[in-house]
Amino acid sequence: MRRVAIAGAGLAGLTAAQELRRLGHDGEISMIGAERHRPYRRPPLSKEYLLDDTTDVALAGTDELSATWLLGHPATGLDLAGRRVRRGALPPVPFDALVIATGVRARTLPGAGELRGVVTLRGLDDALALRAALAGRPRVVVAGAGFLGSEVAATLRALDLPVTLVEPDSVPLRRPLGEQVGAIVAGLHRAHGVDLRLGRRVAGVTGAGRVERVHLDDGTALPADLLVVALGAEPETEWLRGCGLRLDHGVVVDHLGLAAPRVAAAGDVARRPSALLGGELVRVEHHGNALEQGAQAARALLGVAAPFDPVPSFWCHLYGHRLQSVGFTGAGYDLRLVTREPDGRFFAEYHRDGRLVGAVTAGFVRRLTACRRLLDEESRQPPMPPSGPSSMTGPPGTTSQGATGPVATR
Amino acid sequence: MRVRVDLTLCQTHAQCVFAAPEVFALDDDDELVYDATPGDASWPAVEQAARACPVQAIFLDGD
Ligand SMILES: Cc1cc2nc3c(=O)[nH]c(=O)nc-3n(C[C@H](O)[C@H](O)[C@H](O)COP(=O)(O)OP(=O)(O)OC[C@H]3O[C@@H](n4cnc5c(N)ncnc54)[C@H](O)[C@@H]3O)c2cc1C
Ligand code: SF4
Repeated sequence: MRRVAIAGAGLAGLTAAQELRRLGHDGEISMIGAERHRPYRRPPLSKEYLLDDTTDVALAGTDELSATWLLGHPATGLDLAGRRVRRGALPPVPFDALVIATGVRARTLPGAGELRGVVTLRGLDDALALRAALAGRPRVVVAGAGFLGSEVAATLRALDLPVTLVEPDSVPLRRPLGEQVGAIVAGLHRAHGVDLRLGRRVAGVTGAGRVERVHLDDGTALPADLLVVALGAEPETEWLRGCGLRLDHGVVVDHLGLAAPRVAAAGDVARRPSALLGGELVRVEHHGNALEQGAQAARALLGVAAPFDPVPSFWCHLYGHRLQSVGFTGAGYDLRLVTREPDGRFFAEYHRDGRLVGAVTAGFVRRLTACRRLLDEESRQPPMPPSGPSSMTGPPGTTSQGATGPVATR
Repeated sequence: MRVRVDLTLCQTHAQCVFAAPEVFALDDDDELVYDATPGDASWPAVEQAARACPVQAIFLDGD
């Protein structure tokens, strides 16, 4: 294996490259990135980066890699048999082994793209544009109270900007964290002066060249200068369509992280079986997961990977509280709010078939680390069914959660 | 090899505890404690921990 191509120069791609070098790969590594930037950390983009323009988001160690950086142009196709990544009119990149790490793209609001002042937040350029827009002290509407929307709302309240947060569901974060935890988050938003509109969706935007009014589905028109669309993200797999890999709400990989021989996928774009959930396919959009899967991709390409089932974990900042989770959380599990303190701290557990699968907390971090240890042990217990890229569907009955199964999204 | 955590930066996200539990832990007051000179076997996990830290508070000095 001489030439490794890495499609997607983000956290998972960089980690894969670093692990390849650490394990002694001294052949070529080509980093193919759609963005003009070298890999950077996204979590600050919805937090301190919006408040403080000295925030450094660069990821260390890119110089030491001695990689070939092919930045600013996306991969546009994969020739699996010919072992080449296409890049539009640019020369293709030949490879012996490939890591797919193209992440996700932000969902947009249909029909609103034409107006200025309608933004999404995924990349550094998005964050720069958003930060510039904030200088004019806009009236802000945030569409979607998921992790990203909730966090952006909280950060903008720290700037004392007027924020209306629109969420179609009954509470913020209901799907990823469940009703009761979502209700706690709703209380936080209201206590910090957010105008929270639950059970409503953004139906349209009007204005002369730029957004002036945001229309809700009940006919309400909200005067606004800025609309932040935070409606979730879609795996970036368009460029892989028809290439022969199994695509199903992400690039499906086996328990080693491989999508095909010598082709690995890692990070937000990858969908893998989870032993903790009885083999069900999961896709996790968290920083820590990109690190773990990135390193695993390198091991898999070098043929030294052991089956792995990392326990997901995320964090999210809301008004000085820090929400942290381990494992699988969500409205689909049996939620037990174990502790709730008047000062806002709480601890909640998620169970499936009587078995602990996840937990979320604000404040009880040590307890969370104990939970994490437990889940680590559990995820190692059930023997994995022998599986290759062709036999990776979970056992019958485990896909009852809907077409996509668990997606730990941000 | 040495590990140093800038405790003025650390916000006890515990991502390092998840990545390298044999080196990092939280004490009874939820403060971070760690082994500043872990053995070689822990090194890959420690490097992973340094990358996982949300505030990049973990500094490593190679041998
Ligand atoms: C604003 C924001 C805040 C977040 N906060 C948190 C947090 O607090 N905690 C947490 O755990 N997680 C957080 N996340 C999620 C976390 O950042 C992601 O899980 C992580 O970045 C995933 O890494 P990745 O390498 O899989 O994908 P990415 O980091 O998205 O990297 C993928 C790269 O591939 C590039 N690409 C896409 N298509 C192509 C193509 N066709 N060819 C070449 N390159 C392509 C993209 O431009 C991108 O640079 C946040 C994300 C965002 C956007
Ligand atoms: S991950 Fe970083 S911030 Fe979190 S406890 Fe460890 S050193 Fe502190």
